[in-house]
Amino acid sequence: MSYILGKLFGRLPIGWLQLRHNPARLAAALAGVAFANMLVFVQLGILGVLNGTIKTSYDPIVSDIMISSYDSNTLTEGSSVSRRLLFRALSVPGISAAAPLYMGKLDWKRADGNTVNLMVYALPIEAGSFAGPQVQPALARLTPSDHVLIDRSIRGVDPQELAGVTQQTPYRFEVQDRTVTAVGTLGVGAGFSADGVIFASDQTFLSLFPKRIGGTPSHILLQVEDKKAIPALVAQLREMLKDEPVLVRSTADAIADDVRYQTTERPTGVIFGFGVFMGVLVGIVIVYQVLSTDVADHLKEYATLKAMGYPQRFFFGIVLEEALVLGLLGFVPGFLLSNLVYGFLSGVTALPVEMNLQRAVMVLVGTLAASVISGTLATRRLNGADPADLF
Amino acid sequence: MTDSPIIIRHLNHWFGKGEASKQALFDISLSIAPGSLTVLMGPSGSGKTTVLTLMGCLREVMDGSILLLGEELHGAGPKRLEALRREVGFIFQAHNLHESLTARQNVMMGLEVHGRGNAQARQRAIEHMLALLGLEHRIDYLPGSLSGGQKQRVAIARALVSGPKIIFADEPTAALDKESGLQVVTLLKALGRERGTTTVMVTHDNRIVDLADRILVMEEGRLISDTKTVQKPAIV
Repeated sequence: MSYILGKLFGRLPIGWLQLRHNPARLAAALAGVAFANMLVFVQLGILGVLNGTIKTSYDPIVSDIMISSYDSNTLTEGSSVSRRLLFRALSVPGISAAAPLYMGKLDWKRADGNTVNLMVYALPIEAGSFAGPQVQPALARLTPSDHVLIDRSIRGVDPQELAGVTQQTPYRFEVQDRTVTAVGTLGVGAGFSADGVIFASDQTFLSLFPKRIGGTPSHILLQVEDKKAIPALVAQLREMLKDEPVLVRSTADAIADDVRYQTTERPTGVIFGFGVFMGVLVGIVIVYQVLSTDVADHLKEYATLKAMGYPQRFFFGIVLEEALVLGLLGFVPGFLLSNLVYGFLSGVTALPVEMNLQRAVMVLVGTLAASVISGTLATRRLNGADPADLF
Repeated sequence: MTDSPIIIRHLNHWFGKGEASKQALFDISLSIAPGSLTVLMGPSGSGKTTVLTLMGCLREVMDGSILLLGEELHGAGPKRLEALRREVGFIFQAHNLHESLTARQNVMMGLEVHGRGNAQARQRAIEHMLALLGLEHRIDYLPGSLSGGQKQRVAIARALVSGPKIIFADEPTAALDKESGLQVVTLLKALGRERGTTTVMVTHDNRIVDLADRILVMEEGRLISDTKTVQKPAIV
């Protein structure tokens, strides 16, 4: 280590030698950096899952433009829209198809006494082109009443229980006092708003949710002839429907709005975003504290070196060297620890909390940047080193 | 170089500002012979350390003139003073070694201030220097495991390794027992004579006085006595 740093700087790696000379302080500093890294990683991991699950919640459907209620912040929240808008939209040239999407949440009371929260997606059987690739081939099987596709990975349900569900080996369960038959599976998984999903025909949906009527779907899905025309068609539809209490957005924009809303306006997102900020702050404060104590402890030595003719930038160099060494060395245990925590969180929440390279690089760069900030703050103490005081 | 390395003319100095200002030095003039060991004595507060820090470019000259190695210090900016400090060596009362660095690395600091160089030649110079001071078996020890006398010798090696023309020492023996104190000053004098180094030393220590070529005594900011001893510096 000393050799590498010595080669790198072309001088004695005094910063590193100083840190190494005080193992207790070094250990405390590294633990601090690792802890801050872990905080940031965990928060980013959960934010990443939030983003990921929001995006996967759109997987069961395929559409270019969505007409949603004015108060619809996410896919699953908001009022319903009137189905007659579907026919008006279809009258616009360039719109090739339209379908109502019905969504609702229901509780599945399980034999073990637990309740599982399921998000129900429903499309008319004939609207196969609006179903996602996992659903489309199986859509015809949903024609009989109360036949559904069920999520393979529902939080709180043993995956083994649902792994073998097919048309030949259906799985029957009871929701809303009705017996529902799962004749296939799809993979969406648990998110922040539900433990899993089921997919059904509009008819099954209406019998599962007796208070909903066919005339008011949750969203209206539109498909266009030419994808390049989407922005123009959105503008045209907005103009046409400007007196209706609806939002017309391209599906891509709707997803982006959903992500933005849930990560910046919902408490969940805000809390985790704030957690990242806190982690960075904790890291900066710990490294600053360690470095400024270290500078204070070495003022006499620095004053001696100053008397010998070392310029001020040499001492900045020492402190920044220490900062970077701490950031780099602290990142390693922080990263390893975070992987463990990710494994633990995935196990407990059934959310896919996973490390990815992009995030690791981002946190490493952030750690080094934060270290440099701490180091720069700590160099202010260097002004206390006055060689004239040595005599 | 036969010219005097240090020439001081009508040097005055004050501490504090405005009403609280107090004059510390009064009209000091002296010139120091090359290759000599000059001892500066006097009670605490007599101004001897102030003179030393002014000569050593650690303070800015306010009034009067100091010519150090032919350079006028009066009016020299901090950058110029910093550069001049690299041309002289300092030995402090406390050894002021860096506790995290070995003897070798501490001495290395005396070389690195001059920039990069041939690594092997440097290591040889360091080892030679430490051997001259009787520390050949302590080269890779941290200061924490050296005795007081050994530490002060490492500090001398650090000051001498780059071959400065002038050494400024501030009570280098104060923290040492009689024997190691005498040993340290004898070494300093021998090395100085060998290399033609001019040494200016502030001390209270009467034992050292016997080794000096010249003794200056200060009191209340004034030079009150100037004695050249019978031992003449080799070069003059």
